[in-house]
Amino acid sequence: MCLGIPGQITEITDINQKLAIVSVGGVKRQVNIACIVNEQHPAESCVGDWVLVHVGFAMNRINEKEAAETLKLLEELAEAMG
Amino acid sequence: MKYVDEFREPQKAEALLHEIEKLCQILGKPIKLMEVCGGHTHSIFKYGIEEILPDTIELIHGPGCPVCVMPKGRLDDAIAISQNPNVIFTTFGDAMRVPGSTTTLLQARAQGADIRMVYSPLDSLQIARENPDKEIVFFALGFETTAPSTAFTILQAASAKIHNFSMFSNHVLVIPALKALLDNRDLQLDGFIGPGHVSMVIGTDPYQFISQQYHKPIVISGFEPLDIFQSIWMLLQQLVENRCEVENQYNRIVETQGNIVAIEAINEVFTVRENFDWRGLGEIPNSGLKIRTKYAQFDAELKFTIPNLKVADHKACKCGEILKGVLKPWECKVFGTACTPETPIGTCMVSSEGACAAYYKYGRLSKVAKKNIPEISQITISQEPLPACGNSR
Ligand code: SF4
Repeated sequence: MCLGIPGQITEITDINQKLAIVSVGGVKRQVNIACIVNEQHPAESCVGDWVLVHVGFAMNRINEKEAAETLKLLEELAEAMG
Repeated sequence: MKYVDEFREPQKAEALLHEIEKLCQILGKPIKLMEVCGGHTHSIFKYGIEEILPDTIELIHGPGCPVCVMPKGRLDDAIAISQNPNVIFTTFGDAMRVPGSTTTLLQARAQGADIRMVYSPLDSLQIARENPDKEIVFFALGFETTAPSTAFTILQAASAKIHNFSMFSNHVLVIPALKALLDNRDLQLDGFIGPGHVSMVIGTDPYQFISQQYHKPIVISGFEPLDIFQSIWMLLQQLVENRCEVENQYNRIVETQGNIVAIEAINEVFTVRENFDWRGLGEIPNSGLKIRTKYAQFDAELKFTIPNLKVADHKACKCGEILKGVLKPWECKVFGTACTPETPIGTCMVSSEGACAAYYKYGRLSKVAKKNIPEISQITISQEPLPACGNSR
C-alpha cells in the first residue's frame, strides 16, 4: 500500500488546482503536487523535478545529490571487492 | 527507469552481501530483524532477499500492511455503507478481497452494490463531481504515507463545496503500533528495518523512542533490493559496534523533519482516535485517524448508519501471531489448505504485502526445507507475479 514510483515532472497543467504531468518510465500521468509546493518552491518551479508518486500525488522530491552519494558509496564497495 | 534500476544492480548487491556476511561472522550469533512495512515484505519476497542472506539473519514480517490489519468489523461497516441504494462506494483495489465477517467488497459488488476501484482519492472526488445526485464514499485506508492524499482530497472537496462526497476513514499510525509491538514480551527482536514512505511524511525523529527507550537500532530503508541490503548492513554495523540509533538509508526521499506540508494537511483534517482495533493485534491506543468535527460533513461514519461492531478473528487464523513475528505462516494449520489467496481466511493472505500471501506465492523452498516443514510440499507455488498494489497499479 505504501509503494511509490519515481517520476519526473514535465509540465504544470493547473497552478490553482496544483496539477502537473509526471513522466513515470515514459508514461505520462496527471498528479497533484500540493505536497511538494511551498513558498520556496512554487508550482512554477517544479518542472524537471524528480518526485515520488503515490496514489496520484507527488509526495516528496527526490534528493538527487543524496541518491548519487548512496550510489557512489555502493560503487566503491563493489570496486573494493573487485 | 531512473532511481529504480540503479538500485537493483547485482554487482553492488553482491558487494553488500559480502559485507553483511563479514559482519554476521563477527557477531557470531543469530539475529532477528523486523521489516515493519508491507512494501518491504513484498520486495523481500519478490527478489528472494531472505533466501540469499546468511542463515543467521532471520527476517520477521511486521504489521506494516494497512490491509492486513483492517479488522473484520470495519470491513462490515464499509460493506454496509456500500449497500445504501444511493451510494457509489470507491476504494483502492487492495481492499476488495479483504474478508469481512460474511462477505467481501468484491462479493458485495457482484450482488449489485455500486463499488468502484480507484487509483487515487482524487478520482473518487471526480466521480462525485460527475454524479451530483449520488453519494460518493471513499474507503480511506493506509498509513501516514497515504493520509496526506486523503487529507488534501477532503480540503479540495471543502473548497469546491462538493457535498455529495465523504470518506470512511480507517487510517492507521505506525508509531503506536511499533510501541505496542515493543511492549509485547513474546517478541524478541534485534532491530528494525524502518518504513521508508511513512517516514517520508513523518520524518525520522518519531522513531527516537525505539533507540532511547527500547535500545534497538532502526534503519529507515528504501524499497529496492540494494536499499534493503544496505539497511541490513547498517543495522549489523550498529549491532557489531553496540550502538542503537535511528539511521536513514533512504535519504534520497526521507528528510529528518519529514514533509511539513503533508503533516499540516493531516493535522488540519484528521484527529487521533482514542483507540483503534487492529486485526490480530487488538486495540491500540491513539493508533487511528478520524475526521475532525470541522470536516464532519465529509465523514461517512456520521453520514451513514454503520453497524460498528467488533468481530472476533477466525479461530484458526494466526495473523496476529504472524504480524507480531511470533509464528511463521506455515505454522498456521490452514495455510495453503483452507486459506489461499483465492479463498483467504485472514488478511495476511489477501494482500501481496501480507506474509502469508508472500510465502504462498513466492514460497522460499530452500529456506523452508532447511526448517523441515513438511506441509510446504503440498502447496503449489505459482510463478505468476503478484497483482501490483498501491501505486504500482
Ligand atoms: S494462513 Fe490464512 S488463516 Fe493462517 S494466519 Fe495466514 S491468513 Fe490467517
